[in-house]
Amino acid sequence: MPKKTVYKATIEHLQILNEDGKLDASLAKNTLTDEEVAFLFEQMVIWRHFDEVAFKLQRSGRMGTYPQNKGQEAAALGSGFAAKKGTDFLVPCYRENAALFLHGLAPHMILLHWMGDERGNQIPDNVNCTPISIPIGTQMLHATGIAWAYKIRKEPRCVVTYFGDGATSEGDFHEAMNFASTLEVPCVFFCQNNQWAISVPREVQMASETVAQKALAYGMPGMQVDGNDMFAVFKATRDALDRARKGGGPTFIEAVTYRLADHTTADDAKRYRDVKEVEAWTKKDPIIRHRKFLESKGLWSDKKHAEVEAKAKKIVDEIIKTAEGIEKPSPADIFNYTFAEIPEQLRVQRDTMRTNSLGQDPSQTGLKTEHAHTR
Amino acid sequence: MPELNLVQAINQALAQEMERDERVVVLGEDVGLNGGVFRVTEGLQAKFGRERVVDTPLAESGIIGASIGLAMADMRPVPEIQFEGFLGPAYDQLVNHAARFRTRTRGAITIPMTVRVPVGGGIHAPELHSDSPEAIYSHSPGLKVLMPSTPYDAKGMLLAAIRDPDPCIFFEPKRVYRSFKEEVPEGDYEVPIGQAKVVSEGDDITVVTWGAPVFQCLAAMDELPDDVSVELIDLRTIYPMDTDTIIESVRKTGRCVVVHEAPRTAGMGAEIATVIQEACFLHLEAPVQRVTGFDTVMPYYKLELDYLPESPRIVQAVRECLAY
Repeated sequence: MPKKTVYKATIEHLQILNEDGKLDASLAKNTLTDEEVAFLFEQMVIWRHFDEVAFKLQRSGRMGTYPQNKGQEAAALGSGFAAKKGTDFLVPCYRENAALFLHGLAPHMILLHWMGDERGNQIPDNVNCTPISIPIGTQMLHATGIAWAYKIRKEPRCVVTYFGDGATSEGDFHEAMNFASTLEVPCVFFCQNNQWAISVPREVQMASETVAQKALAYGMPGMQVDGNDMFAVFKATRDALDRARKGGGPTFIEAVTYRLADHTTADDAKRYRDVKEVEAWTKKDPIIRHRKFLESKGLWSDKKHAEVEAKAKKIVDEIIKTAEGIEKPSPADIFNYTFAEIPEQLRVQRDTMRTNSLGQDPSQTGLKTEHAHTR
Repeated sequence: MPELNLVQAINQALAQEMERDERVVVLGEDVGLNGGVFRVTEGLQAKFGRERVVDTPLAESGIIGASIGLAMADMRPVPEIQFEGFLGPAYDQLVNHAARFRTRTRGAITIPMTVRVPVGGGIHAPELHSDSPEAIYSHSPGLKVLMPSTPYDAKGMLLAAIRDPDPCIFFEPKRVYRSFKEEVPEGDYEVPIGQAKVVSEGDDITVVTWGAPVFQCLAAMDELPDDVSVELIDLRTIYPMDTDTIIESVRKTGRCVVVHEAPRTAGMGAEIATVIQEACFLHLEAPVQRVTGFDTVMPYYKLELDYLPESPRIVQAVRECLAY
């Protein structure tokens, strides 16, 4: 039997709007209208400001650890905009705030989460997302299950799940990819490859040249897009969702982007990251190129930018006021959501806030006399 | 003698053991160039190179499973799991594999591995960064479970653990990491696994605890009247447990309060209360009391001090136990 090639594959990279704000008009057809780009860019400016203020809240002791989204807004907005609000469902990690806000999540809830309050996760019924996910790489299986339910019920709905480059090292990621592709569920696996998993760069994290090629092992279409280009992100995600909605199964999208800030406020990336690398990526900041594009279209100006920044300040001030205005939760909340119905022994713990038997039932004390023992 | 905090003491133990035994390798997420998210492994990669201080892929099951392989091949892996909440993906490798190899091969294959894990609450950390799962692993035969509360003990216990022929989980209470310094000998010493420490001697009541709550208990003792004489025991090793020290103390005092951060039900307090009931029945003046976390999910940080066994609850329990 002669040797023969039994499998060959390539990974495509899509960029529509380059770093200089130049658009490839033919690829941009049927993607975003100028008005949509202007709207999304305004969102980008607002949520960038939100992110910077959130950072300062942590630094001034008004909030706990916070992972900045800075630099990854185009990936979040382009993909989030492609998903149908109120129909599709987002299963996020923690670096796509802007996508969640597009889908109706009240922004103060994200702050509330990082302020150490579970009510930040109390997603209202009319918002289609799960709360942000702290452990790495577990949520893609949940996304697969949600999409599976849509398929079983023949609902024309899809799921977009977010995770980072590091998450693709976890076993759960591979299990999710395999489940999703064999069950042909309507799920888009959206990997924000921001090059760094805390201090570990992508090339140390994996020996594969792209993250996208991991999809091929599962028989799933996989592609790479410029994650700082909303046109490319939008097109890739929308096409994947269209296919999924028609029963075409899942898609893997690797959005190549960059974490411009530290991993979280507890991290100091200067310890392990070359300043030159950060500088190079700063030039690729999605804010720069989308502004240039809009300016070239006559849709943006310094004056307009100043107006949007002022608007952003007002919006974010209001969000912080809301988040900080929420009073500390009642300690009873520690117990009340453990089960639908609180078990008796847990009720006693809640009502006494005690775990020792004499603290829970003071009537037990003083019964010593009839059973006195000597030492 | 230099004064070190818990982080520095553990770092020194790792460096000295790597120097002494070239089979020791440190591996985990961000342990190399970054020196770990708590900086416990700071400087080790610069000193021992990338072959022995390894930034692994982000995969806890992989870290423990590969460490098992290293141990089988006569290395001495010291993997780090970044936070106790991330032990979940590694549970299968730890409990179903590391813990069982000696038994299922009747001693032919053994797993000398020490898994370092930051543990516990009280530092305003996010979700799954504040739990106390020591009972889960103490309930899993074949694992030794350690939780030092002081820099001196941490260094000596870590050296003992790395040299131990069996898998050890070495829990490091985050709340203590930088909370204080004490004198730590520069030289080599071991604090034996399975040996509790009497932190302060007393006659009226025994308080048994481990990890960060040791310091809540000390604070509680300051709140109690001067004529109340508390014997405080830091268990240090959760499994195998130094029951002798507990029993001897409770036979003397007749009263005991156990304090831990983990939930109450099936927590180590239940085991300790049973040991006392079995060995001190006729010496007891009061039912053994447990001051623990509640049987709930560890809350986010706004409520974490309502959940944790802080000193006021310990004071109350000690008073109630004494008044019985």
